[in-house]
Amino acid sequence: MTTHGAQPPTPAVTASYPELEAALKEALAGVPYTSEYILDELVVTLPPEHVLSACRVLKDHPRLAFDYLRCISGVDWVANLQVVYHLWSMSLRHKLVVKVNLPNDNPRVASVIPVWRGADWHEREAAELFGIVFEGHPDLKPLLLYEGFEGYPLRKSFAQGVKPGREAEAAEKPRKAVRPPAEKPPEKGEGAP
Amino acid sequence: MTTDARPQSTPQTIEMMVNMGPQHPSTHGVFRMVLQVDGERVTGMESVIGYLHRGTEKLAEGEMYRQVITLFDRLDYLANFNNEHTFVMVTEKLMGVKPPERAEFIRVILLELNRIASHLMYYAAFGADTGVFGTTFMYGFRERERIQAVFEAVSGARMMHNFMRVGGVKNDLPANFDAMMGDLMPVLERGVRECDDLLTTNEIFLERTQGIGVISAADAVNLGLSGPNLRACGVPYDVRRAEPYSIYDKLDFDVPVGARGDCFDRYLVRMEEMRQSLRILKQAMKGLPAGPVMATNVPKGLRPPKGEAFVCTENPRGEFGVYVISDGKDRPYRLKIRGPSFVNLMSLPTMMRNAYIADAVVILASIDIVLGDVDR
Repeated sequence: MTTHGAQPPTPAVTASYPELEAALKEALAGVPYTSEYILDELVVTLPPEHVLSACRVLKDHPRLAFDYLRCISGVDWVANLQVVYHLWSMSLRHKLVVKVNLPNDNPRVASVIPVWRGADWHEREAAELFGIVFEGHPDLKPLLLYEGFEGYPLRKSFAQGVKPGREAEAAEKPRKAVRPPAEKPPEKGEGAP
Repeated sequence: MTTDARPQSTPQTIEMMVNMGPQHPSTHGVFRMVLQVDGERVTGMESVIGYLHRGTEKLAEGEMYRQVITLFDRLDYLANFNNEHTFVMVTEKLMGVKPPERAEFIRVILLELNRIASHLMYYAAFGADTGVFGTTFMYGFRERERIQAVFEAVSGARMMHNFMRVGGVKNDLPANFDAMMGDLMPVLERGVRECDDLLTTNEIFLERTQGIGVISAADAVNLGLSGPNLRACGVPYDVRRAEPYSIYDKLDFDVPVGARGDCFDRYLVRMEEMRQSLRILKQAMKGLPAGPVMATNVPKGLRPPKGEAFVCTENPRGEFGVYVISDGKDRPYRLKIRGPSFVNLMSLPTMMRNAYIADAVVILASIDIVLGDVDR
C-alpha cells in the first residue's frame, strides 16, 4: 500500500484550453468539426461519419490522450437526436465534450467500443432509451427495461406516466391531482366525549 | 427383466450455465449473473441488470429542480449526501450560485461521514461474502449506526435526507453538534482500528482475496473503472484531487493506491480511505466557520439559464457524474446520471476471468455495487 499524499494542487482545468485547442486543430485536420465553450467546458461537434476515427485520434494523440471515457449521454432535441461523450485524460488532466447530431428518422453512429471498452453499457442504454443504433456494437440488446417494452422512453414524444397504447385515455384525464379544500381543524375540546 | 444401474451413455464433461440471482444473498440487491462454468472454473459471464430501474432520468424531467434532489437520495442509497451534493453542485454551476463557506464545510463533513458509513457497510458485506458471516456485520454496523444517528440529528432522517440545497444546506447544524462529533470521532477511530485488526491479517481472508479478481491498470482505465477500485490498480485518480470541488483543495489528505488490483487491494484502499476521511473530518471540524448556511441570492423558483453542465464528484463508490441540460424552464430538459456502480460493474467479466465459482461472490462484493445506482 502506497499513498500519494504530496500531489501538487491541480491547476484549473480551464488553464490548458488554448493548448488543447491547438492540439485539436492539429490532430483533427481534415475533419469538419466546430468547437465552442459552454461554461468551463470545451465542446466539439463532429459529423457522425467521423466519430470512430476522430475518437481514436483523441485517445492516441500524445497531446490529447483522452484515455478515460466518463459518460455517454443521448439527448432528444426534438428536431434531432444527439450523442454526447464526456472525456477525461488521466495523464494530462484535461477534459473535452464531444457531440454528434443524428437525424430522427435513422439515428446511426459508429460504436466507440474499439477505443474505450467502457462505452459498452452506455451505448446499450442510449440504444434502448433513445433508439440510437450504435454500429459495430457486439451486442446491442436491451439493458434496463423489461422484456417486450415498446417505445423509447427518454424521447420527448414518450409521455411520462402514460403506457403505450393508452395515450387517448391519458389525454382526457388531467395530470395534476385536484386537492380537496383543506378542512378547518376542529377546535380544542370540540367533539371530545 | 432387470434394470441396469449403469448409465446408458458415457457421462461427459461439458460446460454449464449457472444462474445466480436476481434473488441471491451475495448479489447485494437484485442483480443477476449468468456464469458459464467448466467444472469449478468460470469461463464466461454475463451481467443482467435493470431489476431496480425506476426511470430516474425521465422522472427528473417532470420535476422541479428542488424536487429532483429527493430522487438523488434514492440512487446510491448508501451515499445519499454525496448524490444530493453532486446534483446541487451541477445546478449551482448552471446558475452561478456560490454557497457560503459554512455550508461548504457542513457539506464536506457530511460527505466524509457518509463515505465512512458506506465503507463500513462495504466492510460488513465483504467480510460476510468471504465467509466471516455475522462478525464483520456486527462490527461494521456498530459504528455505522453511530454515524446514522448523527445524520438523523442533522437532517431529521436516517437515510433519505433531502438536506442539500442549491446555494447551501437546508438548516444549520444542531447546537450540540460539536459534542456529538467529539463523542463520535474516537469511536470511529477505534472502530476502524478494530475492523482492521479483525480482517486485514486474517490468514483465511488473505487466501480468499489476494490474487483474486485481478484487473490491470490499463484495462481498468479503458473500462471506465473509478473510485477505490481504480486506485487499487495503482492509478492515483481521485476527483477530489483531479478536479477539486467544494473546499477539498484546502484540505490535507492522501490518496491511497494499491499495487496489484486484486480483491485485497480494493479492500485495503477502502480501509485507508476511512482513515483519510477521519483526517479530513478533523480539519473540517476545526475550520468550521460561523455564518449563514444559505446563499442569499438564490431565487425561490429555480430556473437555470439555458445551457448545460457536467459535474462529477468522488463518491464512496467512484466517480458520480451528473449532466444537466437546461432550456431555461423550472425543470431539467435532460438529466443524465453516470452512476459509479453502473460503470464499475462493466469490469466484472474482466475480473472474473478464470475465477472459481466461490470467488465470483468475493469479486462481486469487492467492487461494492449498489443496485439503486446501477439501475437508476
